[in-house]
Amino acid sequence: MTTFEQVIEDLGRVEPRDAMPDDYRATLIRQIAQHAHSEIIGMQPEGAWITRAPSLRRKAILLAKVQDEAGHGLYLYAAAETLGVDRADLLDALHTGRQKYSSIFNYPSLTWADVGTIGWLVDGAAIVNQVPLCRCSYGPYARAMVRICKEESFHQRQGFESLHALSHGTPEQHAMAQDALDRWWWPALMMFGPPDSASPNSERSTAWGIKRFSNDTLRQRFVDMTVPQAAVLGLRIPDDDLAWNEERGSWDFGEVDFAELAEVVAGRGPCNAERIAHKVRADAEGAWVREAADAYAASGGAR
Amino acid sequence: MSVLWEVFVRPRRGLAHAHVGSLHAADAETALRNARDVYTRRSEGVSLWVVPASMITASSPDEQDSFFEPAGDKVYRHPTFYEVPDAVDQM
Ligand SMILES: [Fe+2]
Ligand SMILES: [Fe+2]
Repeated sequence: MTTFEQVIEDLGRVEPRDAMPDDYRATLIRQIAQHAHSEIIGMQPEGAWITRAPSLRRKAILLAKVQDEAGHGLYLYAAAETLGVDRADLLDALHTGRQKYSSIFNYPSLTWADVGTIGWLVDGAAIVNQVPLCRCSYGPYARAMVRICKEESFHQRQGFESLHALSHGTPEQHAMAQDALDRWWWPALMMFGPPDSASPNSERSTAWGIKRFSNDTLRQRFVDMTVPQAAVLGLRIPDDDLAWNEERGSWDFGEVDFAELAEVVAGRGPCNAERIAHKVRADAEGAWVREAADAYAASGGAR
Repeated sequence: MSVLWEVFVRPRRGLAHAHVGSLHAADAETALRNARDVYTRRSEGVSLWVVPASMITASSPDEQDSFFEPAGDKVYRHPTFYEVPDAVDQM
């Protein structure tokens, strides 16, 4: 048995300079990069509302939340780099569509209620996905996830609070909150990926200690957590098949449209082109800052 | 060119700096400011170190066993190696 196999069997941690199978390394690079890209692209739907937040309090909170997501992206790029890749190459892969990011960020944020809904549902689903990753077999990824998970609970709570204010506000505000839930519910369930029956790489990732629970298990966990929260908000989850199953001690829910997920992942969602175009533009417009910093450093700090 | 820096944080007075991650920056001062923004947004530290990653010399994981082996057979370095008569309460 190799040292790597022993570490995996003992549920230990693999560290950067350890020998590891090429496929393990490649799988982690792909997953961590995709995760980092999701944090970075994920700033856009909410970032678009910073200048339009309804109060200074909400604006300060939203700014802090979006800044956290930038931080999450940076922790994760740093974790990916410990596997021997360069951040610039990962960004290039994102910009040219060779690497993906979470499908959820390809939906538009149309109203202020979307901002609260994203915090509640999207960050809520992210927490369910990410908590098990804190025990992932690759040390730097697991440690980054511990930091991230600590910050995510602020994200979810601020979203819930904001949405609660709307759902208990005027009839118009309540309707706006309901409309946001109607649009985000199903895409949030898609965040857990394809059904177990169509998730070919899951078994290997599980054997390697990268994945701890199946997509469907995590999706169910999210539904069970979220249904009572929707009741507190006084909002209706847009699913006629939603029903408590006494026997399972879980909520039954309707079928997720995985064909839609496949379309969005393939690049044909409502905002795919816009998200990448915005990212590429921001990167180009920020180039002079990086060049100036390099020039300053090269001059030894002389003015 | 932007360089890779390793970041160390002292969580509070009385504790040692501990490694928290890495980042890119063109020079040391920028690295320090970036480290503050990336790793201490919630008062996680009272002191920061940034070190160019290239300046760190590390032991090799391949030699882990042989490199640390000299400590393996020296049980007499531990207090539990010694027997103390019952008459002595605490030592
Ligand atoms: Fe995040
Ligand atoms: Fe978040």
